[in-house]
Amino acid sequence: MRDAVQMKVNGIAIRVPRGSTVAAAVLLAGRSAFRRSVSGELRGPLCGMGICFECRVAVDGQLHVRSCQMLCREGMEVTLSE
Amino acid sequence: MSSNANTYDVVIIGAGIVGAACARECARAGLRVAAVEADYVGGATSAGMGHIVVMDDSEPQFALTRYSQQLWHELAPELPPDVEYMACGTLWIAADEQEMQEVRRKQQYYGARRVPTEILDPRALYEAEPHLRPGLVGALLVPEDLVIYAPCAARFLMRQARAHSCDLYLDRVTEIRDDGVVLQKGGTLSAGTVINAAGTWAPELTPGLEMRPRKGHLIITDRYPGFVRHQLVELGYLKSAHVLTAESFAFNVQPRVTGQLLIGSSRQFGVEGKGIDNHIVAGMLDRACEYLPELAKMSAIRCWTGFRAATADKLPVIGKCPSRKNLYLATGHEGLGITTSLATGRLLLDHLLHRTPAIPLEPYSPSRDMEVAHA
Repeated sequence: MRDAVQMKVNGIAIRVPRGSTVAAAVLLAGRSAFRRSVSGELRGPLCGMGICFECRVAVDGQLHVRSCQMLCREGMEVTLSE
Repeated sequence: MSSNANTYDVVIIGAGIVGAACARECARAGLRVAAVEADYVGGATSAGMGHIVVMDDSEPQFALTRYSQQLWHELAPELPPDVEYMACGTLWIAADEQEMQEVRRKQQYYGARRVPTEILDPRALYEAEPHLRPGLVGALLVPEDLVIYAPCAARFLMRQARAHSCDLYLDRVTEIRDDGVVLQKGGTLSAGTVINAAGTWAPELTPGLEMRPRKGHLIITDRYPGFVRHQLVELGYLKSAHVLTAESFAFNVQPRVTGQLLIGSSRQFGVEGKGIDNHIVAGMLDRACEYLPELAKMSAIRCWTGFRAATADKLPVIGKCPSRKNLYLATGHEGLGITTSLATGRLLLDHLLHRTPAIPLEPYSPSRDMEVAHA
């Protein structure tokens, strides 16, 4: 990938094409479950357009970021709740 | 219409937290009680913050809030988990030297009345609350203040009342008579004693009761556990809450057990609609972000409004209604109804049973001259 950004998902380094959403990066990292609901159920992206809030992750320590609405940046660290 | 089934010792109008507390006290004392709720248990209560706070606007306000807080402390072991009792304390935050003088005055006032407090210097303040903006001067910690989830507290009080001898009617009272009340769905409830605890609606049934609805907005965030650890209130809050102008804001943030943050507060007179006023929400959020800059990156998930029942002298109305034979009032608690609900119920019961109350009831008397205290 010539035009790629380097980032981490749960501490694991990955490279994704520049312009990818964080949600795409998490999926590329092999994770389809992004978080757990309050009652403990696994959740992942549903609408892909910022409405459903199911794809929330922590980005550089900021909780509850909608991963489908944010583009990947060099050095970004994404954390999924276990 | 009245039969034995519809005959009670006490009918309570309104099952917000004040009505529920009255119902619980009366039912536990063995009185036969009916509570009539037009909306749902915990009405306006559900719009409030659930901050059990000792206040010092006036001696009667201090006496009532402190007494009631002690009743909450006593009740704590019985509260179910959904009441989310959290002994987090209040931090009254001083932004400048003038507010720091107020911190010291407050500490003396509380100390003289045996309420423990602690003055935090800037280092201690930032240790306690690392996300507050730099440059603050200090704070007063009131560790015995606490937080509850008020709707569940109101339901708990009502469950306890019903477990004794209280019937709950989901209906609207259309008229108070000398021998009971008339219900909208038809029929009457007979009772020697009627307690009007209908909050901002109380004057509709008891004309002449001097109260105004004072609108408030609250905002709740997503879950950010540990971000805030105490109920945070700016000392400027006092200026805001006391000024009887059309609208005012103050920084007032509450941590919830869930990790959510409840963000207040606003006060508006003369606004009828319960819709969200965007300029008010913007003003509140600006104020909150001034004190907690990182809030700006967080998600708010809901916003709502409610109406406080405000009297001119900022004291509730508790006691015998002078113009009616068997009518008692328990309303006008403005922003302190959740704090003072338990004391209100206990004081009214003491009065009904001719027992000596723990604190004098006279300052809250419906026949007091509110303008004198206001002036």
